Amino acid sequence: MTRSSGTHPPGAEAAGDAPGVGSAGPRGEDVRSDCFVLLEPRASGGIDLDLRSKVEPYYGESIRAQVRNTLAVLGVGHARVTVEDQGALPFVLDARLEAAARRCGAAGDRRVLPGSRRDHPGTARDRLRRSRLYLPGSQPKFFVNAGLHGADAVILDLEDSVHPREKDAARILVRNALRLLDFGGGERMVRINQAPLGLVDLAEILPQRPDLILLPKVEHPEQVVEVDRAIQAASDGGAGPWLMPILESALGVEHAFAIAGASSRVVALTIGVEDYTADLGVVKTAAGEETLYARSRLVNAAKAARVQAIDSVYGDVTDMEGLLAYGRRSRALGFEGMGCLHPAQIRVIHEAYAPRPEEVARAAAIVEAYEAAQTAGLGVVSLGSKMIDPPVVERAQRLVRTAQAMGLLEAAGGPDRGGD
Amino acid sequence: MDLVRNEVGRLVPDTVNGKPQTPYLGVAKAAPSGSKTGPPIRSCRDYPADGDKRVPDLETALRECGLRDGMVISTHHHLRNGDGVAMPALEAAARLGAKDLMWFPSASFPCHAAVIDLMESGAVHHIEGSMNGPLGDYCSGGRMRGLGVLRSHGGRWQAVQDGEVKIDIAVIAAPSADVFGNADGSHGPSACGSLGFALADSIYADKVIVVTDNLVPFPCLPWQIQGNHVDQVVVVDSIGDPSQIVSGTTQLTRSPDRLLIAEYVARFVRDAGILRDGFSFQAGAGGIALAATAYLRDMMRAAGVRAGFVRGGSTGLLVDMLREGLVGSILDGQTFDLDGVRSIATDPRHVATSPFTSYNYHGKGNFASMVDVVVLGATEVDLAMNANVNTHSDGRLLHGIGGWQNCLFSGCTILAVPSFRDRIPVIVDEVTTLTGPGELIDVVVTERGIAVNPRRRDLLDAVKGSDLPIRPLEAIQREVLDLCGGKPDPPRVTDEPVAVIKWVDGTVIDTVWKVAR
Repeated sequence: MTRSSGTHPPGAEAAGDAPGVGSAGPRGEDVRSDCFVLLEPRASGGIDLDLRSKVEPYYGESIRAQVRNTLAVLGVGHARVTVEDQGALPFVLDARLEAAARRCGAAGDRRVLPGSRRDHPGTARDRLRRSRLYLPGSQPKFFVNAGLHGADAVILDLEDSVHPREKDAARILVRNALRLLDFGGGERMVRINQAPLGLVDLAEILPQRPDLILLPKVEHPEQVVEVDRAIQAASDGGAGPWLMPILESALGVEHAFAIAGASSRVVALTIGVEDYTADLGVVKTAAGEETLYARSRLVNAAKAARVQAIDSVYGDVTDMEGLLAYGRRSRALGFEGMGCLHPAQIRVIHEAYAPRPEEVARAAAIVEAYEAAQTAGLGVVSLGSKMIDPPVVERAQRLVRTAQAMGLLEAAGGPDRGGD
Repeated sequence: MDLVRNEVGRLVPDTVNGKPQTPYLGVAKAAPSGSKTGPPIRSCRDYPADGDKRVPDLETALRECGLRDGMVISTHHHLRNGDGVAMPALEAAARLGAKDLMWFPSASFPCHAAVIDLMESGAVHHIEGSMNGPLGDYCSGGRMRGLGVLRSHGGRWQAVQDGEVKIDIAVIAAPSADVFGNADGSHGPSACGSLGFALADSIYADKVIVVTDNLVPFPCLPWQIQGNHVDQVVVVDSIGDPSQIVSGTTQLTRSPDRLLIAEYVARFVRDAGILRDGFSFQAGAGGIALAATAYLRDMMRAAGVRAGFVRGGSTGLLVDMLREGLVGSILDGQTFDLDGVRSIATDPRHVATSPFTSYNYHGKGNFASMVDVVVLGATEVDLAMNANVNTHSDGRLLHGIGGWQNCLFSGCTILAVPSFRDRIPVIVDEVTTLTGPGELIDVVVTERGIAVNPRRRDLLDAVKGSDLPIRPLEAIQREVLDLCGGKPDPPRVTDEPVAVIKWVDGTVIDTVWKVAR
């Protein structure tokens, strides 16, 4: 069997398999909820399966049947197959089989899609994006329960957390996860790679209707336009995902406003401080003084373009006090949320970005005074002995809406979904 | 031996190791009568007047105890996986030529796997106690000559008190002891905290040997074991590996899913109104239980609430709560880390207890039923809320009962479990082994939601209006089966019993079957 160089995905050569042989997935005793697949297609003899599974007594027969069915859908009728299973869920086993079959060129363009959920909650341009939980795209064990922790979004990451050799396999895993898993009320975000690889990512995941695409290392508005066009071209009539460009260089920060306005799909700007500080040649500190300018510039550009400003991540996942302080400073700068590396950070981040009770109370009082003035037909709003200027009213109205969305204040229709 | 169907529909043998059995009758149905058993009468004239009961080694001690074939030898698990006394004692008995002994440990650990060699050589006939790892596989494979008998900590006390098990020789590992046999667990290089598991044996065994690596001048203070029960004292270089006896510090889990389950547990306790001034709780040192305790601590601080007492499993976390004034006292059955050991040695509010105080069916009451809320684990829980802690879902022995059955009598029994482990669903149609009846299990907390036993209308009403994810167990099960790819295959077991599970009153609640190869 020869490889068809036109169809196999980038990275396949790097997987290190012998010609005609494809493998995928991690192996070893430490692996959890994943599996290793080795596929050696042959001309005849049917499927010869060697299965070693940690869950053999429970799902051995089920796994054997799934391997045969999946290979049949992939067009593989004759092959030696080795599966070393450490409790992979069916959607993971399918993804590993598909990756192995594609890597050895046996599957062509065939895909095995798990049954689809239809009940994903909708998204909205200005919804809360306080917290987004990063999930490395090649580690499915973190996917399954990610939606249980109450983050405003999960990010299935195909970029920096995925080894260059694993990009193709992660793309299939992430596609299956988007299709099958329930991520609770969270937005379903995907961080794709930079073009051209990112366009391959996009083609694979767009049919699964992700809510938002993060674009890494954006320096020019054209990079956003390119992705916007690809989404438009692939459109199946749906609205298509929002975009969140990540600025990770001095040049990107200089172009922040243009990038934010490059597509109507852009709903937020965010920053990657790891690459940004490397670009500046400075040391990244916990306090973050070296990124203050870039982050402030980003906030200003985002607000000017009427999109959200979203901060980077806080690296020390054990330091909750440091995280809370960082988040509060971030909110004071104008950011509306940040990334999470561990679910334990979610609650702290929500606390950090929540307005203080006294802020909420004052805003509610201003809005009430404004509404009373409107009802009375008065042009001037006053609270106590003070006159309230229109921009103060606007800010109060925005804060009240945010507080309602965070469940800190009862909305007209009753309490909203809480933050925890 | 015939099999009979008991009150929960399980087939159980009517005879175990030659002794007739009562099948499980239901919760609190057994009404035993007659008198408790007792050890033979002794006379102080037969013991040295100067109180010095030392003999040179274990072999001498066993010989002087009149070791014979078929005897029952007991040991205890307060040294956990660091135990260096049980194996030398059994091996000494084997060297003396004893055959067909019954080993009666309060629990076994991986460090006891070499008992398999003694069973193969014929020195040990069978084990009545927990079996896991290689011992569990040995028993599950049908290779043990007798039937295994698994008892709760309280059930072990019951079996000793009513004569179901007569201990011929008890060998008690003591981190500190004097020549008279007074012994203590809270001091010495191998300190472990409480010696409570050895208390029954010290009182009821025919002969009692204390083994220590830390001989202190008389009197050994405090004495958890009274030397007046003790026949011989053996001084050895080491009774165990301190690094395996207690951990240095107990770390809180960082597993997001376990933390989430723990948080749900604590919020349930708070929202159900159980968290109030003077309440009591028990939570072990397992990852979820420990994290739940940490969440409870935060909620107690926030609400300004203080617990009257806690039952442990003590850890540094509980000790800190005691010092902070958040709990009034710790009633400690087992001490898990160095902070716990130091506290039990120095703080009068931190007391060593035994299963007698808390778990014994023949006691005039039990502390365990006075506890407001207890957090436990399980391997499986079924739709009738029955739970299994003894076997894997494939039928192999996994671990002992510990105090688990006894704790079910608390005011609110919470099982805190993940909804699946490595694709294996935890919520099943019917448990593989029934360790505890669902009528005593009030709440099942998983990362996917909280199921309340419909019998506990009061709890359901109490949490009405809270934002906790209260769901039927069936709904959680359906969601998990969707993810895992349907129901797992049932265990492949034969119709040959290899062990029985005793209920707290000595009746047989279930059978463990030989697994098919």
